Amino acid sequence: MSETRTIKIEILRYRPEIDSSPVLQSYRVPCPQEWVVLDALDYIKNNIDSSLSYRWSCHMAVCGSCGVMVNGEPMLACKTFLREMGDTVRVEPLLNFPIERDLVVVIDDFLENLKSLKPYIIRKTEKPVEEGTHLQTHAQLKRFKQYTLCINCLLCYAACPQYALNTNFIGPSALALAHRYNLDSRDEGYAMRQEIVASPEGVWECSFVGACSEVCPKHVDPASAVQQMKITSTKDYFLRFLGGKR
Amino acid sequence: MSRKPYIRPVPKTSWYMKYMKHDRYKRYMLREVTCIFIGIYTAIIVLGLYNLSEGQESFDLFMATLRTPGALVFHLFALSFAFYHSATWFNVTPQAMPLMKGDDFVSGSLIIRVHYAAWAAVSLVILFVVGA
Repeated sequence: MSETRTIKIEILRYRPEIDSSPVLQSYRVPCPQEWVVLDALDYIKNNIDSSLSYRWSCHMAVCGSCGVMVNGEPMLACKTFLREMGDTVRVEPLLNFPIERDLVVVIDDFLENLKSLKPYIIRKTEKPVEEGTHLQTHAQLKRFKQYTLCINCLLCYAACPQYALNTNFIGPSALALAHRYNLDSRDEGYAMRQEIVASPEGVWECSFVGACSEVCPKHVDPASAVQQMKITSTKDYFLRFLGGKR
Repeated sequence: MSRKPYIRPVPKTSWYMKYMKHDRYKRYMLREVTCIFIGIYTAIIVLGLYNLSEGQESFDLFMATLRTPGALVFHLFALSFAFYHSATWFNVTPQAMPLMKGDDFVSGSLIIRVHYAAWAAVSLVILFVVGA
């Protein structure tokens, strides 16, 4: 049996009670074939340094909790295999967010932005239960389905150079989720969301770098959602002059 | 316990350098740079129109200036950047303008090919009109 390789994991640590700014700390960890970055973090926490803080929950790319920078790229720690990495792996908290502690970032702004976009089905008048469910065709479902796969892991925010420069930008995944509900045939909340979507901090802050879509671990395409909303917002703007309304 | 989140500084002048290590951001910046050449080219066209309004002599001088080596080199650059800008735009049109036919999305490659075909058709019409 071949001996398990060991690798060096460098972690950008920040302990607010003792550090004035983040510092790199290195650990040597074993690297079995099946290990992902999250396994290495667990190994460090359980065997070397229990003070290490990081978020995780499902360990299978569903919960969206373990987003970190791995060698400078935003990745899910649970989906990034160590066997594909060199002998030194650097793990840092997600870029563009304040660091709460070690690999844990502050996502309060994102949660507020997401809430403001009302990411749920809005009806002008509720359909009585006795009238049955809202039916949807395959085509109606397909229009928005890819956007439902977003797990709010925020890798797209860490990849977005516009968000780096202006954290007031509503950002990729929140806008993609707004688009998901706007496209839903059962939803009637377009006008309510549009106040934020079409604001200067909304879609117009995006310059279509497209990095958000490239790093998405669930193959959602937030850049596509934002560009489509730019088109609908532009149509709205001009239709206003013609007295039309969406 | 009170919180003390650490905000990593983002220098406004060099923020992009952090991203520029990755090819996707280099490609994006190259595309942004194309606008400088297209902007200058547009200004030259406007200048040409102004010269045309000033009379034959003025317009001939403008046309002679366009034939200088410097102007030719600039136009070659402007043309290549315009190609790059157009091609990169066509490549993302399926993202910006997805189309549905029946229960499915029209394939992205078809949308891109239609854009190229339209581009070729318009270019041919312009060539025909200018040549006539």
